[in-house]
Amino acid sequence: MYSEKVMDHFTNPRNVGEIENADGVGQVGNAKCGDIMKMYLKIEDGVIVDAKFKTFGCGAAVATSSMATELIKGKTIKEAELVTNKAVMEALDGLPPVKVHCSVLAEEAIAAALADYRAKNGMVEDYEGGGCTGCCGGCHAHHQEFDEEE
Amino acid sequence: MNTPVIYLDHAATTYVKPEVFEAMKPYFTEQFGNASSLYSLGRSNRKAVEEARATVARCLGAAENEIYFTGSGTEADNWAIKGIAQAWRKKGKHIITSSIEHPAVLHTCQYLQKEGYDVTYLPVDSEGFVNPADVEKAIRPDTVLVTIMMANNEIGTIQPIKEIAEITKKHGVFFHTDAVQAAGNIPINVKDLGVDLLTIAGHKFYGPKGVGALYIRKGVKIDSFMHGGHQERGKRPSTENVPGIVGIAAALDLAVKSLDAYYQKTYALREKALNKIMERIPHVKLNGPRENRLPGNLNLSFRFIEGESLLLMLDMKGIKASSGSACSSGSLDPSHVLLAIGLPHEIAHGSLRLTFGEDNTDEDVDYLTDCLTEIVGKLRNMSPLWEDFVKGN
Repeated sequence: MYSEKVMDHFTNPRNVGEIENADGVGQVGNAKCGDIMKMYLKIEDGVIVDAKFKTFGCGAAVATSSMATELIKGKTIKEAELVTNKAVMEALDGLPPVKVHCSVLAEEAIAAALADYRAKNGMVEDYEGGGCTGCCGGCHAHHQEFDEEE
Repeated sequence: MNTPVIYLDHAATTYVKPEVFEAMKPYFTEQFGNASSLYSLGRSNRKAVEEARATVARCLGAAENEIYFTGSGTEADNWAIKGIAQAWRKKGKHIITSSIEHPAVLHTCQYLQKEGYDVTYLPVDSEGFVNPADVEKAIRPDTVLVTIMMANNEIGTIQPIKEIAEITKKHGVFFHTDAVQAAGNIPINVKDLGVDLLTIAGHKFYGPKGVGALYIRKGVKIDSFMHGGHQERGKRPSTENVPGIVGIAAALDLAVKSLDAYYQKTYALREKALNKIMERIPHVKLNGPRENRLPGNLNLSFRFIEGESLLLMLDMKGIKASSGSACSSGSLDPSHVLLAIGLPHEIAHGSLRLTFGEDNTDEDVDYLTDCLTEIVGKLRNMSPLWEDFVKGN
């Protein structure tokens, strides 16, 4: 059901761990839905010099976290903001339809970590956390959407 | 090093035992005749079908004319529930079941609700037991059927079927039990249990897939689910699946003959695995009871990790298991059984079902424990929930 790339990033996930005194930390998802991603960023002069993650979730959740950190490392904040869930999915040679929400979570985790960085640096006034933090049924919505496309 | 293959999913399905396969073989080739044909090729197959029926009847403590072959356990469940509901709809349209049934029962009940029937889904306790007193309380004048599984497929809980049957008998309500997981693992005697209908499926006890049987107590009026020829006394028409029927009977016969030894073996493996895992890995919960549980069933929740990741990593080590987690089944909700016994979602997501069988050994349990210790450690190190727990958040 998973591509070789997904299995590779699941079995040998890149950038697992924490960053001490990270410049930006974002956590999205919730245990109820079965996926939580926490992303840590080290940012110097507007460039993401290091990214690490911790994930509770399925194979796709781990693989998308791993790929997302790979994709944003070395990028400027502006460039990282343009990394979408589609880009993460493409880099993994696709995901099964029911797992697309994992890539959305990865995009949201990046956004949440960047928003935290901005908030810490007084770059935005009202940061509301970003991503999904409660059970909104959104995961199920993604699930259904893609089921219908099949 | 070659990765071993260790199959720990016997509740999902089993292989066909060689002696069962040998018994089935001739009916695919030389003895292909239609059991309804009058010439000898057909007559000998009629004999094979009726001998199989006698064997299944004997193994379940039933009479021959109380056994009907079906295409699967799911079909037998559908037939029992819809057939009784239809036949007795003038008496009433209320059915009682439990909240932890197999989808073959749950979804059939949900279908009947759409057709205007009323269904009561009884709760279970934290170990998955239905309280017989709850069954009695739920019975109404318009109740026609109680359907409660004999043993649960996920957590192995064996229900007090006999006690429930006494209640249904007292109130004149039919009682069906889905014994798909029980057959071949624990003794079944329909007269002793006192049930009116009982379902079994061949592939759960080393028989073939695509064949099941429904016991219908003599005198129980039930509508047909399919319409066609005279097969199965006109109640379940379609040309007999002779190799399948011969196979389910041969498998059940073997299972019943070796029931004690099989029970002891699978029970010992399960207990060894449970004790070793609990000793080696912290924050593990046994789901379901320790007593009155299917001997080969082990269902564990590993806190702070998610079940699909666990299954994938076990698979890479050659261990074939199953999970109560959402992701493996394509739905995002965790198992209805684990939620019904009161597990929070995040713990239900991290569950693993191991079901032991004929081909497992003590060495398999040692290997499993080593692999689980390593994998659970790896996944916890990756988990933000574990991180929070360790830091005391």
